[in-house]
Amino acid sequence: MRERTQPANRWLVLAMQVALIVGSLLAWEFGVRAGKIDPFFFSAPSQIGVTIGGWWQHGYILRDVAVTMEETVFGLLLGGGIGIVLAILLASNRWLGAIFVPFLVLFNSIPRVTLVPLFILWFGFTLWSKVVSAVVLVVFVVFFATYDGIKDVDPTLVANVRVMGAKRLDVMRHVLIPSALTWIFSSLRSAVGFSLIGAVVAEYFGAQAGVGYRIQYSEAQLNTSGVFGGLFILMVLVFIINLFLQRLQRRLLVWKPVDP
Amino acid sequence: MTIISLAGVTKTFDSGYTALRDVNLDVAPERFVALVGPSGCGKSTTLSLISGLDRPTSGTISVRGSAVGGITEGVGFLFQRDALLPWKTVRDNVLLPLQLRGVGGEEARSRVAEWIGRVGLRGFEQSFPYQLSGGMRKRVALAQTLVYNPEILLMDEPFAALDVQTRNLMEAELLTLWQGSRKTVIFVTHDLEEAIALADEVVVMTAGPGRVKARYDVTLPRPRDIEQVRFDPRFTELYSRMWNDLRDEVLESYARANAAG
Ligand SMILES: Nc1ncnc2c1ncn2[C@@H]1O[C@H](COP(=O)(O)OP(=O)(O)OP(=O)(O)O)[C@@H](O)[C@H]1O
Ligand SMILES: [Mg+2]
Repeated sequence: MRERTQPANRWLVLAMQVALIVGSLLAWEFGVRAGKIDPFFFSAPSQIGVTIGGWWQHGYILRDVAVTMEETVFGLLLGGGIGIVLAILLASNRWLGAIFVPFLVLFNSIPRVTLVPLFILWFGFTLWSKVVSAVVLVVFVVFFATYDGIKDVDPTLVANVRVMGAKRLDVMRHVLIPSALTWIFSSLRSAVGFSLIGAVVAEYFGAQAGVGYRIQYSEAQLNTSGVFGGLFILMVLVFIINLFLQRLQRRLLVWKPVDP
Repeated sequence: MTIISLAGVTKTFDSGYTALRDVNLDVAPERFVALVGPSGCGKSTTLSLISGLDRPTSGTISVRGSAVGGITEGVGFLFQRDALLPWKTVRDNVLLPLQLRGVGGEEARSRVAEWIGRVGLRGFEQSFPYQLSGGMRKRVALAQTLVYNPEILLMDEPFAALDVQTRNLMEAELLTLWQGSRKTVIFVTHDLEEAIALADEVVVMTAGPGRVKARYDVTLPRPRDIEQVRFDPRFTELYSRMWNDLRDEVLESYARANAAG
């Protein structure tokens, strides 16, 4: 018998993580001060802080974050919606599934980043070129999660509700969709990540605002502090979103045993 | 009088395996029929066909005089495997069949409460299946099946996974419930003792492809005491006769499994 391992103490883990971050930032800073790291290429935490502070004073940060979030949310909703509807259609009809799923697998293998300039060509420097860039990433994540979720459903559950009098739509509503929801929720975090990537990359290629635009603009100025500053903002954004999604997931999946 | 009738039923799966060959079986209304036979002889398949979940390759199945087309009306099916919806609470699981039949409001609420009470799960209405023990889940499944008052009850080794004590309790509960409502029951089991203790009639099937090998009337008086009835001399006599039949089939089934594997 193996001993049951105790989960690591949360606060101790957190303290160590904070120590690790502070330690690396200090090493970076002192590396620059001691002349071992060239700030032109690598910037320095203090300079990044100053850059971010400057952006804050100009009101750039809130605006950039708002723009990027708007694109991300639209991309997520649109891509998620299309993905779910498509999955329900293709999973509930043998013919449609057999015909179309291989195409989706094929499209999913296209490196979508290369399409972004095309979207900018089609939609201009508008919200839509960003949203579409996000959508083409999100659709596939959500589609495959939903499709697998429906296909994976225990046939005994379907048999049970059919005997109790469920028609096709009832089976969909009471069995297939709830079963797929587990998978959809577990794909939600990667879907949000992909939506953000799509939006930021599209901003990078052409925009007037947004975190991706801020990074690209700094890069054009050879301003490494600006690039790192933009990345830092993205990191914080993703962190906050993930915290929120974790809460949401826990609330929506109350019927699942908690992972040990 | 027959309520369920199988005539010349053969079932061959897509894999080419024939699970049932020329099965003939008539069940009178309100009878409690136990179906026993070696593992893999087609007992679950028989229930699937009666419920309309699956179609025979040849032969006909009629329920209440008409041939089974879609899902058979008025059937309750207690599956061999867990079939509660994991995302619904006990209450919502028991409510579901009523919801599907358009029964709502106060009537649905009181029937659900009544059945949860009858299977002894009051206080667990808001629990999810993963929070219940195996025996409790079986009881929820029983409530879910009985709440819509189906005329025919198909039960596929419903108590096989339970410990002996819980099992005896559930068997006794089942008999009480059945005596109150007089449904037609087809009860699949591996366990001859369980079959004799519960049923009016025991049907022994042959090793696969399954056929009906023999039928026995169980004339033990009702109401029966699940624990005491096993000591009745008529019980032991029936048991040894049936076991003679069943043993040959079980041995046959093992011999084939060994030859194949
Ligand atoms: N969908 C299927 N496709 C192919 N073969 C099947 C299928 N379902 C069942 N079988 C086969 O048919 C035979 C009968 O299966 P069934 O489940 O009816 O047996 P059973 O009598 O209920 O057995 P047990 O007592 O072990 O539950 C088995 O040999 C099984 O392998
Ligand atoms: Mg079986």
